[in-house]
Amino acid sequence: MTFRYLPMTEQDRKEMLETIGVQTTEELFAEIPENVRFHGELAIPQALPEPLLVKHMQRLSGKNANLDQYTSFLGAGVYEHYVPSVVGHVISRSEFYTAYTPYQPEISQGELQAIFEFQSMICELTGMDVANSSMYDGPTALAEAAALAFSHTKKKKVFVSRAVHPEAREILLTNAKGLGYEVVEIPLQDGVTNLARLEEMADEDTAAVIVQYPNFLGNLEDLGQIEQIAHKHKGLLVVSSNPLSLGILQPPGAFKADIVVGDAQPLGILPQFGGPHCGYFATTKALMRRLPGRIVGQTVDEDGKRGFVLTLQAREQHIRRDKATSNICSNQALMALAASVYMSALGKQGMQDIALLNVKKAHFAKQRLSQVSGFEIAHEQPFFNEFVIRVNGSVEEVNRKLLKQGIIGGYDLGKAYSEYQNHMLVAVTELRTQEEIEQLAVALEGLL
Amino acid sequence: MSKETAKQLIFEMSQPGRISYSLPASDVPETEGLPAQFMREVPAELPEVAELDLMRHYTELSRRNHGIDNGFYPLGSCTMKYNPKINEDVARYPGFSKIHPYQAEETAQGALQLLFELQQDLSEITGMDDVTVQSAAGAQGEWTGLMMIRAYHEGRGDLMRNKVIVPDSAHGTNPASATVAGFETITIPSNEKGLVDVEALKEVLGNDTAALMMTNPNTLGLFEEEIKLIADLVHEAGGLLYYDGANANAILGYARPGDMGFDVVHLNLHKTFTTPHGGGGPGAGPVGVKKDLMPYLPKPMVRQREDGSYFFDHDMPQSIGRIKGYYGNFGILVRAYTYIRTMGPDGLKQVSEYAVLNANYMMHRLAPYFDVPFTQNCKHEFVLSGNRQKKQGVRTLDMAKRLLDFGYHPPTIYFPLIVDECLMIEPTETESKETLDKFIDAMIQIAREAEETPEIVQEAPHHTIVRRLDEVTAARKPVLRYSKS
Ligand SMILES: Cc1ncc(COP(=O)(O)O)c(C=O)c1O
Repeated sequence: MTFRYLPMTEQDRKEMLETIGVQTTEELFAEIPENVRFHGELAIPQALPEPLLVKHMQRLSGKNANLDQYTSFLGAGVYEHYVPSVVGHVISRSEFYTAYTPYQPEISQGELQAIFEFQSMICELTGMDVANSSMYDGPTALAEAAALAFSHTKKKKVFVSRAVHPEAREILLTNAKGLGYEVVEIPLQDGVTNLARLEEMADEDTAAVIVQYPNFLGNLEDLGQIEQIAHKHKGLLVVSSNPLSLGILQPPGAFKADIVVGDAQPLGILPQFGGPHCGYFATTKALMRRLPGRIVGQTVDEDGKRGFVLTLQAREQHIRRDKATSNICSNQALMALAASVYMSALGKQGMQDIALLNVKKAHFAKQRLSQVSGFEIAHEQPFFNEFVIRVNGSVEEVNRKLLKQGIIGGYDLGKAYSEYQNHMLVAVTELRTQEEIEQLAVALEGLL
Repeated sequence: MSKETAKQLIFEMSQPGRISYSLPASDVPETEGLPAQFMREVPAELPEVAELDLMRHYTELSRRNHGIDNGFYPLGSCTMKYNPKINEDVARYPGFSKIHPYQAEETAQGALQLLFELQQDLSEITGMDDVTVQSAAGAQGEWTGLMMIRAYHEGRGDLMRNKVIVPDSAHGTNPASATVAGFETITIPSNEKGLVDVEALKEVLGNDTAALMMTNPNTLGLFEEEIKLIADLVHEAGGLLYYDGANANAILGYARPGDMGFDVVHLNLHKTFTTPHGGGGPGAGPVGVKKDLMPYLPKPMVRQREDGSYFFDHDMPQSIGRIKGYYGNFGILVRAYTYIRTMGPDGLKQVSEYAVLNANYMMHRLAPYFDVPFTQNCKHEFVLSGNRQKKQGVRTLDMAKRLLDFGYHPPTIYFPLIVDECLMIEPTETESKETLDKFIDAMIQIAREAEETPEIVQEAPHHTIVRRLDEVTAARKPVLRYSKS
């Protein structure tokens, strides 16, 4: 069978074998000993011609309820937002997406400059000095931040708020097991980190205090106070932050955070069932040489012309091997490009506008849902675009009924928090209209 | 690409009042907003540009970038093969791109089926008993695999095993991942054939051996012929065998890591399975294991019920835990799945056949002009040494830069570390003979230049948008972001 990705002809094969001086390609595999050779055919489905392949893939894709078909109030770390059309067009340019990591800067200036701009924009939003070129995702970036704190402070205890994304906390535990630091959970109080408890628990052995802002329950933490507790014990303040919210929220950098991480998914990246998204990692000048992963720096060429290169590579695995600051090699560069295009498209004004729209819609929705009997607002805390309601009965059941009315309901908090059984985390982004919020309220009223 | 002036940063194009977005006004009644203490005092200084200028900016940047669609990219170890366009189309279907990881499983059965079938296909291709598709890249796969190895030993009450052995030809992520998994690394030398030195291995194997990490074919492009013996030795010592699948493009349908005795395997879907590398990522690094390690797989796995429906199994009490948010780089997994369905078993075997044929052809044609440190048949890639040219005053770096003038991305250089002035060439199976021949001609011309007019090579590149960049100053006085002043 001939394949469209394989240009070899019989004539080519003949000539090439002749040049090599063998009769068959089989001879080129002679080094594979017979006792480990695979004979026979791999038991995977037979090749599909493109038209049939398209049908098959469309059928699979069609079995999934997608966000174009439903009105969604589901967030919990992954959000449906406005994606300007330009984002898709730029990341579909194959000069970008078919390139490898920019190892040869002379022919990779486009990627390098785009990443330099990404780093700059992340610094602007977070209020930090430096940022790297991306991490796998927000949750793994958070674990890398803990690892940095552990190796920098040489202290063992990493305090993490229970209001940090549950999956990020799980990954932190896996990471801690490998590296040998200790993870201590700070309990909640009324939907935010319990600072009195943190004050009691933190001690000289504090490597880091990790909080999320806005936190997983949507609420805003008191970063000023948390900073004082973390730094009193010479631990690092690590803040995981939704970068879209930083369009209007006071950035963690203004609260003297040492590391700010998060996921740039809200910035022009489609949900894609959870990935690929784009972790970001920003820190202070003081910790610059401890950053994980690739970093782009500005320099000049032999003619004095400005250009960009991968830099500070003495931190990285290909140079330092077992002493590297991290094992990360490939990252999520194309998604960082998407986020860059998004931040350029929204720009200074748009990032404020979109963040404010989120606040307005979510605050209106919360007020509206507070009037629905049988549902209760769980917390009265300052929040961004998500809030918690208590449901009479099971969230799963409520969501099943909502789905029949074309609505994807909020996240079932009981799945990750024993204390939030029958609680739903409702996300309301700028895309939700008053009419859709009204629909949700009416649908919920109708359930009783 | 021709000489041009330095490109403006998008920040430098910014003019107050310009926008590239379109948002509706708020349609909801005003509510009490956020308390002032949480509000940003100064807005983030992001660029203000209009849409056409934004598109021109990124189009211009793309013109300053070389991808596979621009030209030959024989970057060894990276398997820069064609990235099929149908994969891109499919990944953008709303049923794949606009689905939420927390929507009800009943509403995501197509996605779950795809993940389930991919787990199965990759198990078959690697000869393993099960595969997790969660890892985001090769390095994360390594770490995931090593964490499972750790859990396996601990599960047997075998608590002494804190050493991971790697050959000196190993990729940097291998020892780095060992560290993150809490192991110490021991490096063993390669023998004169470029293969694992079995005697040296025997010396370091012991009751502290957690695992041996290998790439096969190794990073020199050579098949480790003694793999069975090595596997037996490692297993007799109580250790496990880890397969870095970066080079799996050489063996599809010809040999399977599982049959060679490997206990844990990772694949790089962004190498062997055509998913685009995106200028640095995202990738995907699925990890396969043998039966004994299955209980330790990361959470969750996709399983099928008797009624044919699919679900995420979180009930895995011995799991190493979660390793990545949600279920991995799903959009990348969709592309790899599409590729596997495009090729089928016959196609995948042809992939390796032609990858190996292309590499051997190039090696033979270049052998008269460059030092070939290892002369046995190579697999999908091979290494040359620039030692002969070094004596003429031309370094491998210079030759790589000279290749830029011909419109090629150079091979991987100075890796693996054990070959002087190393050039590692991986043509892949998707390149035509004409492309290979033209590249070979360019290499021969450069070898001639090194002899006759070395300054042409030493001063290269001559035709790129920028000339060689000052990396030393970049690292000494780092400028890592734009600032207005
Ligand atoms: C041999 C080898 N191992 C591991 C890796 C790491 O893979 P990744 O970049 O996907 O993390 C690479 C990629 O550069 C490689 O070539």
